[in-house]
Amino acid sequence: MSTETTPALEMVDVSRIHGRGDAAVHALRGLHLTVLPGELVAVMGPSGSGKSTLLNLAGGLDQATAGKVRVAGEELGSLSKGALAALRRRKVGYVFQDYNLIPSLTAVENIALPLELDRVRTREALAQARAALAEVGLEGLDDRFPDDLSGGQQQRVAIARAVVGDRGLILADEPTGALDSQTGEQVLALLRARCDLGASALLVTHEARHAGWADRVVFLRDGAVVDEAGSAVTPAAFLAGRP
Amino acid sequence: MHTQYMSIRHGLLALLEREPMYGYQLRTEFDTATGSTWPLNVGQVYTTLARLERDGLVAAGEQDDDGKVRYAITDAGRAELREWFGTPVEATDRPRDELAIKLALAVTVPGVDVASVVQRQRASTMTSMQDLTRLKRSGDPSLSWSLVLDAMRFQLEAELRWLDHCETVLTRTGAPR
Repeated sequence: MSTETTPALEMVDVSRIHGRGDAAVHALRGLHLTVLPGELVAVMGPSGSGKSTLLNLAGGLDQATAGKVRVAGEELGSLSKGALAALRRRKVGYVFQDYNLIPSLTAVENIALPLELDRVRTREALAQARAALAEVGLEGLDDRFPDDLSGGQQQRVAIARAVVGDRGLILADEPTGALDSQTGEQVLALLRARCDLGASALLVTHEARHAGWADRVVFLRDGAVVDEAGSAVTPAAFLAGRP
Repeated sequence: MHTQYMSIRHGLLALLEREPMYGYQLRTEFDTATGSTWPLNVGQVYTTLARLERDGLVAAGEQDDDGKVRYAITDAGRAELREWFGTPVEATDRPRDELAIKLALAVTVPGVDVASVVQRQRASTMTSMQDLTRLKRSGDPSLSWSLVLDAMRFQLEAELRWLDHCETVLTRTGAPR
């Protein structure tokens, strides 16, 4: 299989059970989900439907009780701890509702951090971070600390950090939750633009207008996908290369 | 999606407030202003113009060399337009909501799987939301069009929230799922 056709994320018959016996909670029940390169997929569902568990499993932060989770073709369950950590650093970017920037680091240092953890030389890491910051429209704010940035700007920095180093899979957990309507839309536009350039994103949101930016919207109920809106990318269109 | 209520009369008056126009021109301008979300046919335009003229709100000009007539707004038309912009749209003036009626009936008819009626509607409404968002992304829409699209997106969002609410109520009351 060529790398081009390898899904960015593949979850096959995935279950996650917390606890045992009578106290067992089935967070996910035989879930199937595939995200192709270039796709933005939104996940919607009520609290307790398994959205967070899904995201944690996709990012290797939690392990499936049964089933397989593959990121860029690598099955997470078969990787050693070190290999899993490396895959998470290189292939997966996270965007959270509360930005999770490190307050004592500047915007550019926050973005460079995952690269430096991956042993990219500081000068090179900072250069890539500056470019990523410019790409999210924050050129010139390199040396600002998170406290000196607006919520929308902090989330842009977080997105830059999530995509720096060409990581192919962005996992976004309610990234617009703390932002006003217009700023939230700008964040979605940014995620959309990254996907149009070939990245993939899995977006958990409860805002229908924001889910509207996705190629597909997956509806989760009681730990399983019950329905989907939007057409799946046809193999032909996929192979022809998406815009 | 629901049929959108729109006063064609007032729409045409608003366009004529800018400058006198031919009938076909009004149709094109209306499409441009609303991003073709409420397409008008030429017949609707001329019927409406005839009524506006009858009511003294527009005046037809002289025929030009091609035999075509330009319409201009009158003072009475301007007053009518100001009145329209100054009056909020009452929720009760909108057409009855077919979806609400459908669900209200669904819970009373035995054997109807209301939860799946809700979910089918949810997927369909979300697909409309994706379509509108795609329209908004494509090209460089005018400010008017962009605001019209946003209005429709917020309406769909409200509908989706209401569907979530219906589902919660149905689950709590143990209605057939």
